[in-house]
Amino acid sequence: MSDNSFEPRIVGFLCNWCTYTAADSAGVGRMEQPPNVDIIRVMCSGRIEPAFILKAFARGADGVIVSGCHPPGDCHYSDGNFKTFRRMPLLEALLQQCGIESGRFHWGWISGAEAVKWAQLVRDFTAQVRELGPLNWQRELDSKEE
Amino acid sequence: MMDAGRHPNIKLMTYSEVEEVSGYVGNFRVKVRQKPRYVDMDLCTGCGACVEACVFKKGVPNEFDEGLSRRKGIYVPMNGQGVPMKAVVDEDACLYLKRGKCVQKCQEVCPTQAIDFDQTESFVEVEVGSIVVATGFDKFDPGRLSAFGWGKSPNIIDGLQFERLSSATGPTGGEILTSDGKKPQRVAIIHCVGSRDANANAYCSRVCCMYALKHAHLVHDKAGAEVFEFYMDIRAFGKGYEEFYERVQAEGVYFVRGRGAEVVVLDDGQLRVKAEDTNLGVAVSLDVDMVVLATAMEPQRDADRVASLFGLSRSADGFFQEAHPKLRPFHTNTDGVFLAGACQSPKDVPDAVAHANAAAAEALVILDRGEVTISPTTAVVDENLCSACKTCLSLCPYSAISFVARNGSGVAEINEALCKGCGTCAAACPAGAITARHFSDQQILAELEGLFRASGTLVPGSG
Repeated sequence: MSDNSFEPRIVGFLCNWCTYTAADSAGVGRMEQPPNVDIIRVMCSGRIEPAFILKAFARGADGVIVSGCHPPGDCHYSDGNFKTFRRMPLLEALLQQCGIESGRFHWGWISGAEAVKWAQLVRDFTAQVRELGPLNWQRELDSKEE
Repeated sequence: MMDAGRHPNIKLMTYSEVEEVSGYVGNFRVKVRQKPRYVDMDLCTGCGACVEACVFKKGVPNEFDEGLSRRKGIYVPMNGQGVPMKAVVDEDACLYLKRGKCVQKCQEVCPTQAIDFDQTESFVEVEVGSIVVATGFDKFDPGRLSAFGWGKSPNIIDGLQFERLSSATGPTGGEILTSDGKKPQRVAIIHCVGSRDANANAYCSRVCCMYALKHAHLVHDKAGAEVFEFYMDIRAFGKGYEEFYERVQAEGVYFVRGRGAEVVVLDDGQLRVKAEDTNLGVAVSLDVDMVVLATAMEPQRDADRVASLFGLSRSADGFFQEAHPKLRPFHTNTDGVFLAGACQSPKDVPDAVAHANAAAAEALVILDRGEVTISPTTAVVDENLCSACKTCLSLCPYSAISFVARNGSGVAEINEALCKGCGTCAAACPAGAITARHFSDQQILAELEGLFRASGTLVPGSG
């Protein structure tokens, strides 16, 4: 099912204080990662609206990652991540109803000290999305209309 | 330390603990609990007559001598040399406070009537503009690694205990002696106890190689003993450090490149150290009179509590997390709170001094400037779009949003000074009335478009 020359495009919405810092450390530490993840920095995972993720898939993402500080105590803004914790499960359900496989959306928590975990996530998730193949939402919709 | 105690601008609050911190940079309110000393600081002269007179002869382990000596229920800290040089009653040791039975000779002999058993704990609130956390480190407990025989012989000691032996104010007046009061003939120093160890701490504690070399030099010098250093690597990274290492080697100290694996207490009290000499590729075994364990530096046991008091994060190794490991090693992610010294990571005296000086400078800049530069990434409500649903009000972690009577049914209003820019309200507003400055919907969606354009994978018609 997967195309040999297909390189997944993955968008990561990362909170500045934790996961973005981890990703920065992973880079500084020269950890091995495939180049498929593009990062959009937000100050807090609580800033992330479900609309962003939907728009990312619509624009061409084959996979999306959302990651912030560990609840309950790590959020730089105290409880921004609690809101994320509430929003993401609902979004997951919505995505599935839209026909987006659950393997294309990953949300979780990576702290600023967990650079290794970030690099591992990038490796694992890229492989996972590569297996699923390109999303190509628009084309799926167009082909159904025919 | 004495200079700090005497400086007119520095107020020492000893025997005190921070209970609560509130506020923000430039305007912190800190609540401090002051434990009762049972000694009036204004009257006490630190003469020590009370200590001599105290009837609790057996005493308790003296923490300043790392447990190698004992002290009484009343004492002048740091073996009489503490700052401030005033007596203090240990309420867990004092016979009068614990059991209610004591002739209180201390009160009798005090020339200034300074002892007051009626003191109680009190609370003080201070207003400060900036905070420096310099809470230091704790020692690794070698009992966690049973192979080292910790606790099985009084001649297996750790680095700090050796420092007390070697100090003129210590239990042996500066002589290196075994527990039976004799000079050792052979001493083994084992590096990396609790450091660089999958069973303890993965990190290197940075200071131990150099103090182990110092100890070797002192043993050689003061006791004329043979010294064997069991090491993995010698980290002599600082100014003059490598030269000192060369000197210690030239003095005839033996270096065995192999991790000290086991210390066995023999029937005659001698200590058998076993290791692998990796240079020779053989197992070695050595009988010595004293073993010094160079133990790891660890975060303080109450680091969790201190972290939540001051809003600090902790790194993977448990030390307080700096804002940036290279470029901002003494800032934290909380404006106005800085880190100084080993509480941030293991470091030796020159590094701690530099680190602390930097933290102090940053702390003073805030006060001197008189104003604080705040982040422009605050959120703002468009009154015309706000539908007065009040969803945002309860979401703000800083209570920065209030509901004001305006525009008919009222609108939400965000206090820019309190807003920290997390953007949670902006994400939640059903009317899209809130803009998170510099992280607006349009900006983020534009980033998305840019990413896909750059990789040539933008889906046509998806805009």
